[in-house]
Amino acid sequence: MRNKIIEVTQLDIGYDNTPILCDLDFDVYEGEILFILGNSGCGKSTLLKHLTGLYQPLRGDIKLRNKSIVNASGQEKNELYKSFGVTYQGGALLGSLTVAENVAFPLEEHTSLTQDEIDSIVEEKLSLVDLTGFGNLMPSELSGGMKKRAGLARALALSPDLLFFDEPSAGLDPLSSSALDRLILDIRSKINATVVVVSHELDSIFSIADRIIMLDKERKGIVAEGEPHDLRANSSDSWVRNFLNRNNMR
Amino acid sequence: MQNSKPEKLKQTLTGYIAQAVYPVVFLGEVFSAKPRLARRKRELLYYLDLCGVKSLPVVIIISLLMGSIIAMQGILQMRKVGAEIFIVDLVGFAVLKEFGPLMVAMISTGRAGSAFAAEIGTMKVNEEIYALQTMGVNPYSYLVYPKLAAMLVAIPVLTVFGDAFSILGGMILSTSACDITPAAYWARSTAVLNGTVFMLGIIKSAVFGVLITLAGCCCGFSAEGNAQGVGRGATQAVVASIFLVVIADAVMTLLFTFIGY
Ligand SMILES: Nc1ncnc2c1ncn2[C@@H]1O[C@H](COP(=O)(O)OP(=O)(O)OP(=O)(O)O)[C@@H](O)[C@H]1O
Ligand SMILES: [Mg+2]
Repeated sequence: MRNKIIEVTQLDIGYDNTPILCDLDFDVYEGEILFILGNSGCGKSTLLKHLTGLYQPLRGDIKLRNKSIVNASGQEKNELYKSFGVTYQGGALLGSLTVAENVAFPLEEHTSLTQDEIDSIVEEKLSLVDLTGFGNLMPSELSGGMKKRAGLARALALSPDLLFFDEPSAGLDPLSSSALDRLILDIRSKINATVVVVSHELDSIFSIADRIIMLDKERKGIVAEGEPHDLRANSSDSWVRNFLNRNNMR
Repeated sequence: MQNSKPEKLKQTLTGYIAQAVYPVVFLGEVFSAKPRLARRKRELLYYLDLCGVKSLPVVIIISLLMGSIIAMQGILQMRKVGAEIFIVDLVGFAVLKEFGPLMVAMISTGRAGSAFAAEIGTMKVNEEIYALQTMGVNPYSYLVYPKLAAMLVAIPVLTVFGDAFSILGGMILSTSACDITPAAYWARSTAVLNGTVFMLGIIKSAVFGVLITLAGCCCGFSAEGNAQGVGRGATQAVVASIFLVVIADAVMTLLFTFIGY
């Protein structure tokens, strides 16, 4: 039996008491690569913010490693966050720090490494996302895709074992995007990390996703859950089959 | 799904209430967070530079002018009773007790208070605040305390400069407009002014610094997550700061008068 890392039960989420997704029930297992997909504006980023404890749900519970993050105190959350790596849709780099300082930031906050050790980790993480030599630039001097990759390097700085990526490959060229896929697989095999990715990249989904969860704006909930190839071929829902067959229809 | 009217009304009301109590929530968050200033040398230096060093030229120019304006207005009245030497007392006390701390507070409101609100508001738009949280860093601690510490140093120091240059301005004007020699001006100044008056002014300025920082940061954190929201947050910060500074000034002036200064 695989360990459940995240348990979501009867979750309603939304803004200002207006639900946008209702009655979500799913688990994420240790060492799994789970993709969350759905149409634009259906609430994927919002769901990710709930999973990472940034928003309070309207109803229901989210357990991370058997501890509810919904009722956790700030202190408890901060402990959980040390094993988290989170990226945001726009990169969310701290604008007042250089790229290298951004990547070094979690290390400075949570470790007692020396400056030299931090520098070498920063260099290593930047090379992982192909940003060697850009460490001294300010975030405002980077392109959108570069910001995302720098955000990724920062999320990986502490080598966390629970990763949440919001559209990491949107805006990347196909080569960078497949390099990113390899990077995710690599992280998983090295530290058995659990990875939750919001993405529409069908290529990535079919090559690295263990399981996918599909959300629909109209039906405000999970419409399909399972192995992507299986869902594409056998889903009883035509919306799901069409969504996953987008490439084949062209 | 369309909301019914009472539902909408309830939402609007809870929205207003949430807005009204936000400063209390904000203060709770700030004071329950650990300052951890030893880790924030880089931020501290940045804000010392922004709020202190970079404000100094403006403070000097405005103080020189302010001191001579007070002297000018004073001389016009003192002439009527032929007591021009008392201009020294007027400028000295007005500056140390009121205008020094107040002018520096107003300049800092415009420079630092609005900058704090805009900075934090922009970080909110860019999801940087969320990123701080999920990196296990308390945003209230990281974003408020370095600014607070820097302002607590910068504002009193600027006030010392403000006091000095205002009195210099007053001296320049009075010695050139009346037959008071600089030596006589200086002698009269040291005779009537004392350290306590000066220190009370500095204490005032430190209180102003805290108020300006908290108002700026609070307006940043409560700003709506878009460009207009950030602009409104900065404006609000300035209005709130001026309001708080003037109220605090009135209260402290009453208090200090009560204890005999
Ligand atoms: N701060 C907010 N306040 C109110 N409603 C919001 C807010 N942010 C998002 N929404 C609404 O919530 C819904 C879901 O937004 P979300 O950003 O989670 O979508 P998404 O699935 O990530 O879309 P995309 O694929 O385009 O990134 C949208 O309909 C949006 O209008
Ligand atoms: Mg999104």
